[in-house]
Amino acid sequence: MNKIVVVGYGPTAHRLVETLHERGFGGQVTVIGEEPRPAYDRVALTSYLSGTSVEDLTYPVPPGTVTRLGGRVTAIDRAARTVTLADGSAEPYDVLVLATGSAPFVPPVPGAEHAYVYRTIDDLDAIRMAAKDATEGVVVGGGLLGLEAADALRGLGLKTHIVEMSPWLMPRQVDEGGGSVLKSHIEGLGLSVHAGAGVQEIVAGERGVTGLRKPDGTLLDAQIVVFSAGIRPRDELARASGLDVGERGGIAVDAGMRTSDPAIYAIGECALAGGMVYGLVGPCFTMAEVAADRILGGAATFEGADMSTKLKLLGVEVAQFGAMDGALDVTYMDPVAGVYKRLFISDDAQTLLGGICVGDASPYGSLRPFVGKPLPAAPSDLLFTGSGMELDLPDDAQVCSCNNVCAGTVRTAIADKGLTDVPGIKACTRAGSTCGSCVPMLKQLLEKSGVELSKALCEHFTYSRAELYDIVRVRGITTFSELVSAHGQGRGCDICKPAVASILASLHNGHVLDGERAALQDTNDAFLANIQKNGTYSVVPRIPGGEITPDKLIVIGEVARDFGLYTKITGGQRIDLFGARVEQLPQIWRRLVDAGFESGHAYGKALRTVKSCVGSAWCRYGVQDSVGLAIDLELRYRGLRAPHKLKSAVSGCARECAEARSKDFGIIATEQGWNLYVGGNGGFKPRHADLLAADLTTEELIRTIDRFVMFYIRTADRLQRTAAWLESLDGGLDYLRQVIIDDSLGICAELDAQMEHHVATYVDEWQTTIDDPDKLGRFVSFVNAPGVPDPSIVFETERDQIKPVEVAVR
Amino acid sequence: MSGWIPVCGYQGLLPERGVCALVDGRQVAVFRTFDGTVHAIGNLDPFSGAQVLSRGIVGTRQGEPTVASPLHKQVFSLVSGVCLDEPEFSVPVYPIRVEAGLVQVGTGA
Repeated sequence: MNKIVVVGYGPTAHRLVETLHERGFGGQVTVIGEEPRPAYDRVALTSYLSGTSVEDLTYPVPPGTVTRLGGRVTAIDRAARTVTLADGSAEPYDVLVLATGSAPFVPPVPGAEHAYVYRTIDDLDAIRMAAKDATEGVVVGGGLLGLEAADALRGLGLKTHIVEMSPWLMPRQVDEGGGSVLKSHIEGLGLSVHAGAGVQEIVAGERGVTGLRKPDGTLLDAQIVVFSAGIRPRDELARASGLDVGERGGIAVDAGMRTSDPAIYAIGECALAGGMVYGLVGPCFTMAEVAADRILGGAATFEGADMSTKLKLLGVEVAQFGAMDGALDVTYMDPVAGVYKRLFISDDAQTLLGGICVGDASPYGSLRPFVGKPLPAAPSDLLFTGSGMELDLPDDAQVCSCNNVCAGTVRTAIADKGLTDVPGIKACTRAGSTCGSCVPMLKQLLEKSGVELSKALCEHFTYSRAELYDIVRVRGITTFSELVSAHGQGRGCDICKPAVASILASLHNGHVLDGERAALQDTNDAFLANIQKNGTYSVVPRIPGGEITPDKLIVIGEVARDFGLYTKITGGQRIDLFGARVEQLPQIWRRLVDAGFESGHAYGKALRTVKSCVGSAWCRYGVQDSVGLAIDLELRYRGLRAPHKLKSAVSGCARECAEARSKDFGIIATEQGWNLYVGGNGGFKPRHADLLAADLTTEELIRTIDRFVMFYIRTADRLQRTAAWLESLDGGLDYLRQVIIDDSLGICAELDAQMEHHVATYVDEWQTTIDDPDKLGRFVSFVNAPGVPDPSIVFETERDQIKPVEVAVR
Repeated sequence: MSGWIPVCGYQGLLPERGVCALVDGRQVAVFRTFDGTVHAIGNLDPFSGAQVLSRGIVGTRQGEPTVASPLHKQVFSLVSGVCLDEPEFSVPVYPIRVEAGLVQVGTGA
């Protein structure tokens, strides 16, 4: 079997294609999608309106995949095994996969043609356009998607009504009690809720929609009406091709996701699996994986899916798991705090059947895996289980419902692969990689696996780096000796000493080679240069933003030539000079400092470089001065010691030539200002940075970066880059926003002051070093023969430059 | 033939900061620990083949004074010269003493 054709290009189709690629499928895969763009994350669709770009939402197309975007399939010729597109072209297939998704249900009421739906990026663009001239909007549908749409209208500044046919909101997830608590939350935000109400007509005049009439005759004023009242599977193509479809829609499939034609599969929202149509992303992903396995010759089956849900809509946590009724139930309701929790239990009071939470979903993560299993504790205690309570999970308990991963799978991965952290579990099992609600469970599994999760930095300190930071900050400690004698033991090591040196430098910003601190530094900081394999060092002068005058460039060339240094341009728009012996470093830096250069801190766990594209000054596409901002940022944060190195970049437009999203903090210019992305990384485990805030003024941008960097310095582990730090942060990006934008911990003033102190007290440490005879005395190869160069350092020549002679070792 | 070669003043040898001395053509890494004791081991890092151990971080492991190679962080005992991470590797240990304020390394031992 050589060629797979996939019809439809949403998240489910993407998961199928991705799985085929990951599992090494060697044939051709062609995906035909109606939309003009590859699949994107529909779950995060609403974030598009608050500044997340299409690119951010778009899933990467796996290598080798052929995509036909904007293509609509009009017919399937099952005998000839070809599909025909609207443009008349045909695609032959050996295996066809229908992933045509669903369409929003629009009830046949008068005026329905004036309403919007909420499913695609184009739909959102249309809503956003219409909102410009509107003051009020109505969403028809008070379910999960309806509340998403209502949140979006509210975000666009409209007075928003929600009309729901059922007597309460989210009838598929919560019961009446939960619905009433949810309603009061939502009304508290200024939205109007009309439950138990239908739609009579949408009233429109010459200038468009003016309102929505309810069956009781009342008119809600509105200029926008959005239908978000359920979905209908897109099965028309299958129906026309003679494939079996369900009475109420959906393409009938067996447990292997195969339709009534064995060469055709159907997955996702268009499929009718076990008599059910699924609209949640988790089951759809599972279907995609089952189909991929079958196509590759496997025997995987789709066994139905857990419809449990946990989400946060309009700021309210809502969760539902397992059954929504039972012989016995235990209910907790606090209308003051707006919290409602209810557990359903079997008649013998032995088995947990399900639960509903509104306002506080903390029991969800720990209780969902126990559905259908013996109660792990007294029901009244379980209502208050959150992260604090520890429960023993059976191996077959599903921990991650998004990716269908059981506790046993996670335990096996921890044991067999020697995993020690949550990011490792995510990478190996996919658990926790979609919605993240099971991350606390993953932590518990790690802790109970016997993996040594000691937060102790090393044998000298039982504290984590973040705890040591707080000890040093709160107690005003200024030396390692003071810290280790009062709060540690022994005399330190290569792990704790540089970590403490970094903390002292972050907090006090003195010279890294002053007094006892000199003895804490790794050799790179001790010699303010980067050690190389043969014991020589490399030198990187700072070139802020990658901008340099010809004269300064000539100085670098002359220094490199005069000292015979190997010269290479770095990825960070700087120049690295290799092969300097320790006694040459001060001579080299005397020349560089005289020419106006400063330390580039390439040797430090500190800001390295702020890379930039050429920006609006020269580029015909640039919308902002990226070079100017990069220089300002590099000069602001230069020399700041952090748990690990920090890299940044500024792009002058959305083309992103500076690759800002691979940086710890990256900035991309918009027409309105700057978008700030954080937590990016290249290297061993690449990660695209996440959008933290959009369309900031330069002043807002700098304040946000100040706080981001300082909060990272305060709380990260030793040698933890911002990417891993952000992934390990409980609450992730939302929590980070709460802390550094909304000031939820009340520490922003302190973070701001710390950064101001850094900026005010920065001095170039190479300038200070070459002016200080005591410090210079250290720069000798031999203490008893200061003029003698190390005879063990020898070079050969390669491509007209020096190269260390290889030494045979071990 | 044996003797003592002065390499530097004791006061100039800063606690927990190594220096390298040339002694009879050999490179010797010289250290003064926090309690004032002096130690001398070979400067050659057997893992990298580079003469760098004097530039490692000085500390303790289970109370034993150590230095960590600045290249790949293998930890060596300043007392025995044995690599505590991979005990089949070791570096030479040299006699060392303080006489009249001078640090002296023994030769020909």
